[in-house]
Amino acid sequence: MSDRLFGFTTAILALAFFASAYQLESPFFADPVGPKTFPYIIASIAFISGSVMILFPDSNPKWPNFVIFLKLGFAVIILVGYAFTLKPLGFLIPTALAAGILSFQIAPNISGAVITGILLSIILFIVFKYFLGLGLFPFSRGLI
Amino acid sequence: MELLNNLALGFQVAITPTTLSLAVIGCILGTIIGALPGLGPSNGVAILIPLSFSFNLDATQALVLMTSVYYGAMYGGRISSILLNIPGDEPAMMTTLDGYPMAKKGRAGDALVLSGFASFVGAFLATIGLMLLAPILARIAFLFGPAEYFALYLLAFCTLGGIGSQNQAKAAVSVCLGLGLAMIGVDNSTGMTRFTGGNLHLFDGIDFLVAIVGLFAVTEVFVFIESHGKDSTIGVKLTKITIPIKDIIFTRWTILRGTLVGFVAGLLPGAGASLGSFLAYMSEKALAKDKSLFGKGDPRGIAAPEAGNNAAAGGALVPMLTLGVPGSGTTAVLLALLMTLNITPGPLLFTERPEVVWGLIATLLIANFVLLILNVPLVKIFAKILQVPASILLPGVTMISFVGIFSLSGSHFDLLLMIGFGVLGFVLRKLEIPVVPVILGILLGEHMEVSLRRAMVLSDGDWTYLFSSNISIGLWAAAVIGFLAPIFLRPYLKKPVAHKTDIK
Repeated sequence: MSDRLFGFTTAILALAFFASAYQLESPFFADPVGPKTFPYIIASIAFISGSVMILFPDSNPKWPNFVIFLKLGFAVIILVGYAFTLKPLGFLIPTALAAGILSFQIAPNISGAVITGILLSIILFIVFKYFLGLGLFPFSRGLI
Repeated sequence: MELLNNLALGFQVAITPTTLSLAVIGCILGTIIGALPGLGPSNGVAILIPLSFSFNLDATQALVLMTSVYYGAMYGGRISSILLNIPGDEPAMMTTLDGYPMAKKGRAGDALVLSGFASFVGAFLATIGLMLLAPILARIAFLFGPAEYFALYLLAFCTLGGIGSQNQAKAAVSVCLGLGLAMIGVDNSTGMTRFTGGNLHLFDGIDFLVAIVGLFAVTEVFVFIESHGKDSTIGVKLTKITIPIKDIIFTRWTILRGTLVGFVAGLLPGAGASLGSFLAYMSEKALAKDKSLFGKGDPRGIAAPEAGNNAAAGGALVPMLTLGVPGSGTTAVLLALLMTLNITPGPLLFTERPEVVWGLIATLLIANFVLLILNVPLVKIFAKILQVPASILLPGVTMISFVGIFSLSGSHFDLLLMIGFGVLGFVLRKLEIPVVPVILGILLGEHMEVSLRRAMVLSDGDWTYLFSSNISIGLWAAAVIGFLAPIFLRPYLKKPVAHKTDIK
């Protein structure tokens, strides 16, 4: 079932890719192949192999259960949040939070996770800033 | 004579305090990266590339640092295979088969020394092979026109997909995914943008480093959250290090055979180190008169895959440097490094920038001795590193990846893209769709299209031009065989099942 679903998605994406290439306007001075042909080839192969996946699926992989899915989703949210806050809030606080939460997700141990988060944040900051010379700010620039 | 002159030039570049210390740092970092479970050579090199830019290294130095990390990771991969029964990277999988049983018999030290020595022989001879073969291949590569290059890229995708996956359709999907992503951005020949959906961030295309770090490092975090970081610290205690001279003498031919098999496997574009260690192990098992000990701690079962995997690592550099076609996931990452440094691998690299190539080769020769010291007498220190729990390691790797990618462009868009690739990598891994072809596709997609279009310009749109030379016909034939042959060979080439770690 998973394979069929993925194959179906691939086939649809291939069609969309094909359509998107079709809509490109060929410039009149283009080379014999032009900007469309190679995308057409890719889309066709992707469509065929997606269809093969629908017709001949492998057995289902072992998907994690619902709770673990929630955890994974939460991890993604944390990472996205980290991506958005890294610049405005400075390095130390978002890193400590994100690292701590990820650590807790891998090994549920609160004090361990808190220490991991804080230490990782401080050590990495020192390494990045002073050894590698990256232009990081420890805290939000608005505060300083 | 030419070779000696070139080598002399290489050693001139290599024997400077900066280059040497970079090589040593690279070896140490690489061994650590290789030894840590869940952090293989491709991840390791990928997360270090953005950081290496902040050192302001020149091209040779950056290449020396990263290739030492690559070699080091290949050596280090065996440490967790033997002690934890978890391969530090995919090529080290075969080493778990005999390495872990031998360690359980109380001979962990012997297994580590033997495999370290086998790694050294494999890597050292492969570096010499690289030195002899690369200039010859570079000369042949001058005969390659755009039609031949197009066929060569095809060959790389076909063999990589055919061998690396259990299902041809999935391999093809993976290649198309990579190629499709490579099409995003401005088309260089016409200057028009394609597939960006109007998003300004995508006009320059997707930075392959973002994709690589996402697919390797971020995916790994999700995998560990799913598995709860279990079996991360169970394993065998390492007591004392002795040199098992008997085993080394017993396996001397095994090591040499493994080296040869591995080196040849590494040379094939798209095949790489996993195939090298696999073939070395299987051929050694087929040759052995008494097979009963294989899988139960036979020293030959440790020496063969380790020699093979390290020889393949050296062999894989040959097509990467001479043709710009990587032979494995990690050499794909190294190619990404070269491209970011504005070095185009290929025959011209050998004539125009000999100091880069020969400096690299000379450093690799030196690095092997450094690695031998690190991996035999000092292996105990690295074995200690295995005790770092996943709950510290993985968050650390994630933060390093984020800062590395952030330092490239300073925009959160790349970070979001990287997380997206992480999720994609997780799904692909669950469905057993290989990830390396995606990366190779992103790296080579543009080159592949350009060579197709140049070939068509040369022939004025005549498609038969693609098959007009003997070299390209040979490459097309090899591509078809490389893609289809594994279907028929699969029943014979079944991977031996790894041992279950006893959890008590």
